[in-house]
Amino acid sequence: MTSRIFGSGIRRREDPRLITGQATYTDDIKLQHMAYAAIKRSPHAHARIRSVDTSAALSAPGVVAVYTGADTDGVLNPIPCAWVVPDSDVKTVPHPAIAKDVVRYVGDAVAVVVAESRYQAEDAIDLINVDYETLPAVVNPEAAMQDGAPQLHEDAPNNQAFHWVASGGDTDAAFSSAEVVVRETIIQQKLIPNAIEPRSAVATWLSATGELTLWSSSQNPHICRFVTFLVTGVPEHKIRVIAPEVGGGFGSKTPIYADEMIACFCSMRLGRPVKWTETRSENYQATIHGRDHVEYVELAATREGKITGLRTKVYAAMGAYLSTAATGIPTILHGLIYAGTYDIPNVKADIYGVFTTTTPVDLYRGAGRPEATFLLERLVNLLADELGLDPVEVRRRNLIPKFEDGHDVAMGITYDSGDYELTLDMALEHVNYQQLREEQARLRESNQYMGIGVTCYCEICGLGPSQVAHAVGFGAGLWESATIRFHPTGTVNIFVGTSPHGQGEETTFAQILSDELGVAVDDIEVIHGDTDTTPQGWGTYGSRTTAVGGVAVALAARKIRDKGKALAAHLLEAAEADIEYEDGKFFVRGSPDQSKTIQDIALMANLAYDMPEGMEPGLEASAFYDPPNFTYPFGTHVAVVMVDPENGHIELRSYLAVDDCGPQINPVIVAGQVHGGVVQGAGQALWEGAVYDDNGQLLTGSMMDYALPRAHMLPDIETLSTVTPSPHNPLGVKGIGETGTIASTITIYNAVLDALKPLGVTHLDMPLTSEKVWRAIHQRG
Amino acid sequence: MAKIPISMTINGKVHQAEVDPRLLLVHFIREDVGLTGTKIGCDTSQCGACVVMMNGSTVKSCTCLAVQADGADIMTIEGLATDGNLHPIQEAFWDNHGLQCGYCTAGMIMTSVELLQRNPHPTSDQVRAGLEGNLCRCTGYQNIVKSVLAAAEKMGG
Ligand code: FES
Ligand code: FES
Repeated sequence: MTSRIFGSGIRRREDPRLITGQATYTDDIKLQHMAYAAIKRSPHAHARIRSVDTSAALSAPGVVAVYTGADTDGVLNPIPCAWVVPDSDVKTVPHPAIAKDVVRYVGDAVAVVVAESRYQAEDAIDLINVDYETLPAVVNPEAAMQDGAPQLHEDAPNNQAFHWVASGGDTDAAFSSAEVVVRETIIQQKLIPNAIEPRSAVATWLSATGELTLWSSSQNPHICRFVTFLVTGVPEHKIRVIAPEVGGGFGSKTPIYADEMIACFCSMRLGRPVKWTETRSENYQATIHGRDHVEYVELAATREGKITGLRTKVYAAMGAYLSTAATGIPTILHGLIYAGTYDIPNVKADIYGVFTTTTPVDLYRGAGRPEATFLLERLVNLLADELGLDPVEVRRRNLIPKFEDGHDVAMGITYDSGDYELTLDMALEHVNYQQLREEQARLRESNQYMGIGVTCYCEICGLGPSQVAHAVGFGAGLWESATIRFHPTGTVNIFVGTSPHGQGEETTFAQILSDELGVAVDDIEVIHGDTDTTPQGWGTYGSRTTAVGGVAVALAARKIRDKGKALAAHLLEAAEADIEYEDGKFFVRGSPDQSKTIQDIALMANLAYDMPEGMEPGLEASAFYDPPNFTYPFGTHVAVVMVDPENGHIELRSYLAVDDCGPQINPVIVAGQVHGGVVQGAGQALWEGAVYDDNGQLLTGSMMDYALPRAHMLPDIETLSTVTPSPHNPLGVKGIGETGTIASTITIYNAVLDALKPLGVTHLDMPLTSEKVWRAIHQRG
Repeated sequence: MAKIPISMTINGKVHQAEVDPRLLLVHFIREDVGLTGTKIGCDTSQCGACVVMMNGSTVKSCTCLAVQADGADIMTIEGLATDGNLHPIQEAFWDNHGLQCGYCTAGMIMTSVELLQRNPHPTSDQVRAGLEGNLCRCTGYQNIVKSVLAAAEKMGG
């Protein structure tokens, strides 16, 4: 083959509809006789509902119906949590779709209005009068576990949602015999995901047939269908969930929310289509948040800088209820990856999940792994400071040497492949690390403060083997599916169970198929996001779409190729063993003129008048792929910052990401994922944070108050890569969607603290706002 | 609420309607006229997903009443391509992977149209400053900036 389509940065196939305004997102859908829902939300973080008076709202213009918790109680089942980590005493407290007795966060639903128009629905929710008896709030997860803290749920004493302990080696012994121990307290502040498309749902119910159709801005329509069954009781085969165009998710559109279940309820009651779309302010309250840990972490090491142990105690906020994947994030997706790229024989995680009177916490880009990478890489820098070593040198002394086929770590997982030194060397050489350090020293002489952060990371993604998913309490399979259907003219549809929403798999999956079967990319259309037309799958999150779903496409293509060979042998009157395949052609070995193209094969398979004895007509194949392991992408990131001591301003001067996600199907898309991921992580380091007051009011409740990264705040991100294939999947690919976020927060944080070192500042809580930096500098004189 | 008659040209076509005085322009465009390419990403005039051209300059259509646009000449993302040919900025976004989920894209492109009208040869920093009112959560802005610079080159050359 001359130039391979696999690996080429072709333009995306999804873009024409998106750049012309022709794409259809959920809120763009308008059905005949559709009504509009607006949800009345609690203004209190914690309160008992004494009464709800809906009479004024009911008589307001255009109002069709008003429902409260009394209406949904016993009709809608509680919103379930799908990930119950085993052996951790998880309290799966009930989460009613609409609160009836107690509200537990600002944003908890207390009623819904359905009206003829959006404006009328929103007017009417202001006319609902709820009489509350306010109760005390608690927003900090550590405080929530103290004696006397306000209690959220009867069945969860001390607000403890779970307690998960995992360890490998003998950590306590490692610490008691350690030559050096460094400790840190880390606040992983609460983050608001901010997909630019607010969530939206359109539900329509046909009473005659008992069919429920739900358009939902979801990252995983099949899981949504399953949960819709659990909550509404409508059987799964009568539910159709469609995730049309979805405007970003970053994990926040993975959970199944009360809101879309409420839309279903309204449609079922009224026999009309009902649309609900959140406002942005509502999104800040009612769409999940991320992170929110209080962490006590420590590292044991020898005087030579060899790390001997890592130990943590973490209070991880769950918010008011357990959202869909909540318990798995600070545990499986966090503790298991603690050792990162280092050979650490003794590791222990002691994690409390805690209810607080805040918006529930769930998957947000990186989910658990940015926090793990942060604490490890912070501790490594503190160790370097303690030992008077360069932070890169300490890293080098601990890196796991190159491995190609499996490496067991203390926490009991097996990394697939890694060459950590390779990315480190490439990164250091590219930024000219020595020269940067010299520049830093020079600048310090003239009171200019430059800082360098270097992170080595590896992460766990490409979720994952279903057996493991079950073992760790995740209530879903984690395999993926693809059905490839050739039409008589040789064009192809691929139907997949994953549900990309910006990651570009309509392009990369077509590239995989094109590479496998020689069909032009323009002759391929990838269909996803509709449970009625696509095979069962589990969705797009955890950087799994390509590493699992993409492999399913390749495997289905290989089945097509096998059938093609048999059919070609028949048509060419040759033995099947003599048929070779290359570049879209089946030919008789030694005589390439005697050949059939894949299009010839597709035509014959569909017309089917000359098929081999016993062969079924049609050219269609499905594959279901359950990976034998997760994938473990890795890399080295380097940030350089300038800190102005006069005003505390931080300038991100440069950022380099060297990542290894195995072979890249489309390097332009890979780089795009890295850019976006790095900037989201930068957001956490420098600007973002959900701030609550002691009463549980979200003070950063709108885009005016919550600082999202904007174009002028950022430099260009440089991207480089190495290629270490995963040994366990046929394409060798690993996930890349989250690596940027996983690595960048700590890289930038360490760079800033490196800059501040001569000023005596050794700790700051994120986000590193100018004010905080300025105060830290000046408090120390 | 008494309805108010309005008339405006959107993408070259005249639309007349009687609307509530409080109706936002973005809702008029999306719901009444049915052009859903213009998006809504916030309620505080921060995100720029709703940017359209009004009488030749950009406005956040979520921050403008439909009645204020009475008599105006509006262009939305749907009106940018001419005779089936993509505008060079649209083309550049496609060529340079200037979008991922696409939700910010209409606003980004409309803002870029004005940006390049005002400054046909911007530097990268000027593009970044010019996009200050538009949020994207997917791309980290890098390929958006690249797209605008590429479009400038194409349009200027
Ligand atoms: S919707 Fe207009 S600025 Fe956000
Ligand atoms: S491409 Fe998704 S918000 Fe910009």
